[in-house]
Amino acid sequence: MTKSSSISSRQLPLIVTAVIFAALFGTAAHFYEGFFSARVFISLLSENAFLGIAAVGMTLVIFSGGIDLSVGAVIGFTSIFTATLIERHQVAPGLAWMLGLAAGAGLGAGMGALIHFFRLPPFLITLAGMFLARGAGFWISTDSIGIGHELYGKISGYEWVFGTVVVPANALFLLAVMLAGWGVAHHTRFGRTLLAVGGNEQSALLMGLPIGPAKIGVYTVNGLCAALAGIVATLYTGSGNPSMGLGLELDAIAIVVMGGTLLSGGRGHMLGTLLGVLIFGTIQAAILFDGRLSSWWMRIVVGALLLVFILLQRLFLRRKRS
Amino acid sequence: MKPKAKSPIFWPLAGLVALVLLNAVHDLGFLKITLLDGHLYGVPVDILTQGSRTMLVALGMTLVIATGGVDLSVGSVVAIAGAVCAVLLQGGHSLAVTLAAAIGTGLLAGSANGLLVARLGVQPIVATLILMVAGRGVAQLIVDGQVIIIKSPSFEFLANGFLLGVPFAPLLVIALYAATHFALRRTALGLFIEAVGDNETASRFAGLAAARIKALAYIFCGACAGLAGVLAAANIRAADAYRAGENMELDAIFAVVVGGTALTGGRFVILGTAIGALLIQTLTTTMYNLGVPPAIAPVPKALLIIGVSLLQSEKVGRWLGGLWPKKEAA
Repeated sequence: MTKSSSISSRQLPLIVTAVIFAALFGTAAHFYEGFFSARVFISLLSENAFLGIAAVGMTLVIFSGGIDLSVGAVIGFTSIFTATLIERHQVAPGLAWMLGLAAGAGLGAGMGALIHFFRLPPFLITLAGMFLARGAGFWISTDSIGIGHELYGKISGYEWVFGTVVVPANALFLLAVMLAGWGVAHHTRFGRTLLAVGGNEQSALLMGLPIGPAKIGVYTVNGLCAALAGIVATLYTGSGNPSMGLGLELDAIAIVVMGGTLLSGGRGHMLGTLLGVLIFGTIQAAILFDGRLSSWWMRIVVGALLLVFILLQRLFLRRKRS
Repeated sequence: MKPKAKSPIFWPLAGLVALVLLNAVHDLGFLKITLLDGHLYGVPVDILTQGSRTMLVALGMTLVIATGGVDLSVGSVVAIAGAVCAVLLQGGHSLAVTLAAAIGTGLLAGSANGLLVARLGVQPIVATLILMVAGRGVAQLIVDGQVIIIKSPSFEFLANGFLLGVPFAPLLVIALYAATHFALRRTALGLFIEAVGDNETASRFAGLAAARIKALAYIFCGACAGLAGVLAAANIRAADAYRAGENMELDAIFAVVVGGTALTGGRFVILGTAIGALLIQTLTTTMYNLGVPPAIAPVPKALLIIGVSLLQSEKVGRWLGGLWPKKEAA
């Protein structure tokens, strides 16, 4: 007890997450030749760029004590929506992206308003939002649409080169969004209000915090993040696909929890989410490197890690309370 | 405490009747039931048969939601149970052993959820999310990523067989509904569940073993999902770890909410859930009949659930209270 009081309660989960990441990466590097390299490390970020971007928005929602199950479907919708605009209607990519972002933010704002004004459970409303977005995506087109616009090739081919280290555009997008998310979460009034609402909504209300705008705002921001993730994913694959991001919301939630953010809201750190993406990527890369392990081990390992983290959180909370 | 005013199943039933009438107006053949080779056939029979799995999962979900929780893992449990069935039947085990193993799998999964929620105090969404994520991986592990074909007439009978001309699966599910209804409403157990869902602390002070009651609800829900997994595998005569039980948790939650059970817990309407499940299945069938592409089918479901939850919310209740002077005094 004396020891943990010297480390602030905000840092402890972060440290635990960082240790687990280091242990996982170290184990993988020990068993698989060539794993311990800058290329693999960068690929942890670039392979999971759009998942990571979605996880940034999810982190903010979970800060506020809510949850958003619609992100995977919004990614799929944005992907097919922008692809159709660009390829079938000759809309400029910039404008198509704006429209896609606006659609994602609009859906988020609508869900946030229902959740706030009518006090409806977030998971139910965002579940309905998921059905709406997925249905709308398939309504536009059931097949994937390839994008031939030259700007797409240019952006996805862009990379930063530091000597032998190559950082692709994907990883840069992810880092930029992470940085923005970190700023919003920890250095704005909005971010602090979210944590306060997640900690205790009644107290936040009594303190005079604008909980309505904060709650509606966070679902809007998350819709925006999901739409952005959809655009990045479309850049990455070069085609719009309405079934993109199927089940991605679960991975995003898992990443946030592995990052040490409390699912009940009120406590967490954006840096943890970055570590969560790295842990997720390490498991994925290790399974890929092994070659003998089938893809379903991914789900099992993520589930097991989720269990470990949640039990750690319980232990942590219980010790604090006693 | 007898608000005789309006039965809780009024609205779901009205919705179901309206939907059926709509279909009948569109095509009178919708209501036709024929007797072929001594078996009943027709769209309504089909809805009952196809809807039986959702009904079953929703039955367990009703009790979990009544305790103020939710079980997201049912879809994965359906997949695991189906996989267990396929592997055991392939290994030449008897039907009884297979069934016991599948339901046992569901009980085990439910116990894990119950342990996390009731004993360790993890929020239900989170606790059951673990099994939802990992469960499908486990199912794929069991069947080694293959779709295993099941060749067992007696196993297939469970989902596609007829008993005295009536399809067996709905009969089984209806019997389970009746049994659950009597077990809960003719004993104090139902009241205990509602008490725990309404106010867990108060119920504990009143002397209820709140944690045990909650855990039991999850275990029951797991068993229902396990049996639904048997029916799902028997229906397609195969165990498909990827697709079995996909989105079933959503349909089950929808059925429960549409059926008038409050998501906040503390109240449940078993008959309402059955009607809710049939309503959702009828909606699906209606869209097939109208030629709506299956991919767009989620949209009406989403609108339905938003509409129903708005109607249930306090604020809308107050607005409507002015229009229809309803009692419901606090």
